[in-house]
Amino acid sequence: MHTYIDKIREIASRLLKEEAVEMVIGYQEGTLPMISPPMSVRSAEDVEKLTWSSHCCINLANYLTDIKGKVAVFAKGCDCRSIVNHIAEGKVKREDVVIIGVPCNGMMERRTISNIFGDEIEEVVEEADGTVIVRGKGREEKYQKSDLLRQCCRVCVHKNPVLYDELVADPVAIPEDIQRYKEVEKIEAREIDKRWKFFENLISTCIRCYACRDACPTCYCPTCFVDEAQPQWVGKGDDEPDVMTFHILRAFHTAGRCTDCGACVSACPMGINMRAFTKKLEKDCLDLWDWEAGLTSDMRPALETFTPSDPEDNFK
Amino acid sequence: MLTHIGIEPERLQFSWISSAESTKFIDVVTEVVEAVRKVGPNTRLVKNMVREP
Repeated sequence: MHTYIDKIREIASRLLKEEAVEMVIGYQEGTLPMISPPMSVRSAEDVEKLTWSSHCCINLANYLTDIKGKVAVFAKGCDCRSIVNHIAEGKVKREDVVIIGVPCNGMMERRTISNIFGDEIEEVVEEADGTVIVRGKGREEKYQKSDLLRQCCRVCVHKNPVLYDELVADPVAIPEDIQRYKEVEKIEAREIDKRWKFFENLISTCIRCYACRDACPTCYCPTCFVDEAQPQWVGKGDDEPDVMTFHILRAFHTAGRCTDCGACVSACPMGINMRAFTKKLEKDCLDLWDWEAGLTSDMRPALETFTPSDPEDNFK
Repeated sequence: MLTHIGIEPERLQFSWISSAESTKFIDVVTEVVEAVRKVGPNTRLVKNMVREP
């Protein structure tokens, strides 16, 4: 059992009993192993349903958009930055949300676990020392959690919440040797045709279910451009140009706002790493404007503002 | 990001031109057309439209 769980239930129960909030948004135990779906708790009796694990991949900031009434939410480092984003963009008021920060050592990638284990998995247990025990089909294997982390968690440098009302545990240490943009640099080093082939392959299995969009806290347009029928910006089939257009535009809409929480990848039923698009934009925002999303709600996001000193190398 | 995913940079050009800078407009347009002609017809993000006979 995760060491955070008792504290999480205690905080949730206290907030609900004191009527400080109407609802607590957290995670529950899933019906399948390795998935912790989000859940909202409205009464103190139900807090026992709340849990925490290394499968809390979904970004709970997604449920705060235009929410009515006062709510509490559990937020990892990345989720917290998404909430700051929401505050900056006026989608949630700071005084309406109680942020319970959860210092995070990374979430695990369920596909990696399935691939390494091979057989059907019945149970995954985490030990406090970072060992993960996987059980299924009558056998048991032990792994290190650090080998099973999601890609986005491996390169994360904002593991601790940036804005919170209370913390579930002490902040975690951030390793100094993280190469944040290794994946992007690997793609950048390739020739242009190879890059196109890479992205073509990347999205070739996309079924246009839009789970990535629905899981993304930055995607909150009342009508998404892909659902628009008049005008119809993009075809609805699985034609490659349409699929590519969807992914390019989805990524652009998150430019300067994406916190690399990886909810899109975790939600994808086909296991597409669409972070390859958004991570490049994140790198560009940092390189060009020294901007990282969700660190402060006092500044406007990178693409919402301009200064005379902005680089114009691309302009003739 | 467009060039990152493999759209030729020649097809992606930005310029500031004031409405009073007609000669600059002509120069830029000529340059763009030449650059795009050099890379040839676009094959990326092009839909094969089926036309009614």
